[in-house]
Amino acid sequence: MSRVSPATRVRGVRRGARDQRWPRVLWWVVLLVGLAPALWLAGRTAGAFGGLGVNPIETLVRDSGTYTIILLLAALAVTPLRRLTGLAPILRLRRMLGLLAFGYATAHFLIWLGVDLFFDWQLIIEDLTTRPFVMAGFAAWVILLLLAATSTRAAMTLLKRNWTRLHRLVYLAGILGVVHIVWLTRADYREVTLYALALATLLGMRLFWALRTPRKARGEPARNGAG
Amino acid sequence: MLIRRHFRSEPRSSEITPREVYLARRNFMRGGLALGAGLLLPGLAHAQNGNGLSFSPGPFSTDEPKTPWEDVTTYNNFYELGTGKSDPSRNAEMLRTEPWSVVVDGACANPGRYALEDFLKPWALEERIYRLRCVEGWSMVIPWVGFELNQVLKQAEPAGSARYVAFETILDPENLSGQRRPVLQWPYTEGLRLDEAMHPLTILAVGLYGEELPNQNGAPLRLVVPWKYGFKSIKSIVRITLAEDEPPTAWNQAQPNEYGFYSNVNPEVAHPRWSQRTERRIGEFRRRRTEMFNGYGDEVADLYAGMDLKKFF
Repeated sequence: MSRVSPATRVRGVRRGARDQRWPRVLWWVVLLVGLAPALWLAGRTAGAFGGLGVNPIETLVRDSGTYTIILLLAALAVTPLRRLTGLAPILRLRRMLGLLAFGYATAHFLIWLGVDLFFDWQLIIEDLTTRPFVMAGFAAWVILLLLAATSTRAAMTLLKRNWTRLHRLVYLAGILGVVHIVWLTRADYREVTLYALALATLLGMRLFWALRTPRKARGEPARNGAG
Repeated sequence: MLIRRHFRSEPRSSEITPREVYLARRNFMRGGLALGAGLLLPGLAHAQNGNGLSFSPGPFSTDEPKTPWEDVTTYNNFYELGTGKSDPSRNAEMLRTEPWSVVVDGACANPGRYALEDFLKPWALEERIYRLRCVEGWSMVIPWVGFELNQVLKQAEPAGSARYVAFETILDPENLSGQRRPVLQWPYTEGLRLDEAMHPLTILAVGLYGEELPNQNGAPLRLVVPWKYGFKSIKSIVRITLAEDEPPTAWNQAQPNEYGFYSNVNPEVAHPRWSQRTERRIGEFRRRRTEMFNGYGDEVADLYAGMDLKKFF
């Protein structure tokens, strides 16, 4: 933040040549950081970096799931961060992080479906209909699918105010994601507690602001609204 | 020259250390490097190991392919040494196995407190190659070295009122960092009905792959009950108690609706949160169907005749 000129802190009103560069650089850096776990996992699957360990398929399922929740939390952190720092350009990260989260969620879902259960539809349907942790995870993925499908500028224009309403579902996806992990944890809740605390903080901040600020004063619902 | 240089032509320490000696260090080493030799040439390495146990082949062994030594010793659930699968092998040195004593007490005519050597001395060791099915949905085939528990129990002369056997793992929170957090109730406890404990399939193991148990696998003495989920096979035992009532067991205390006292492997009774129909044998790609009593039904199904195994899960 210290490298940012004061002008950009005023909600991106004035944009000098230097100011225009850092959001673009940041966007690329965040994208590469966000893609790194996928490359890491792909490399390990190919046998590099020590491989996937003794139970490789379990590692693939678990790690792809871990990256999903982390990317989803990162996407959820963008709006509060923008609000806290006043740096409007970081909002550009939101869609990219959300799509990355969807990408990891899809990989997680497909690895479970096609590698772990190897398209054993009997087992898959039994899991989807009787195991609450599977249902929660699947519901979260369906939400992310819906949001990814409507993440284009065209969809935004088409849906108008409803776009913001629709994309508020991302909170539900976050909650379902954490619940999914809680329900499959056997005894050690340390890791999932971190996710739950992060999620509670991010949602709590929005709730606090929403209650404090009258609806009209929030302004610019399509760009600054929840999401 | 005052400072002694190390020249490439000098032999490295691994070349001058006798094979027996450096293989014997295996148990004290953290990393997997030393295990490489064992993995590549299991038969050779284990036959020549200075720490090797003498044993004869025992009954009930499966001829299924054995899970490699490295997998058996680096993928463990032993929460006293950490809750991650690779934590126990990394933290193995936290478990102090010397000195070690075992108490046999409770409803029996011949209780006692034994130094480990004295406890083990009377029993001839056998190799038992058993399937191990974890409640989490993975399985292994492990060549244990041990002896039947029923010998120990007979020697203790159980009272007529004794109907159960309780087991207890070492309690040492100073060294076992896992015991400093209340993940489970420490010390870890387990239990069997007396007839289950007396069954010839039930063994106390002191070794695997012909060698002394590595700490992460429950050194120096652990239970192996192959038709039950793995957590019943309690590790690093310090107490064996003949009991009149069903003893408390660690996982049952933590989640009574999820982990029953019996915990027999049963594909028809799901864990409340996940299916138990299938398992992944470590080293295999496709899941395989889980067998009733982990495939030991011919031997043990009679123990549960007339019982509703959905109720007594």
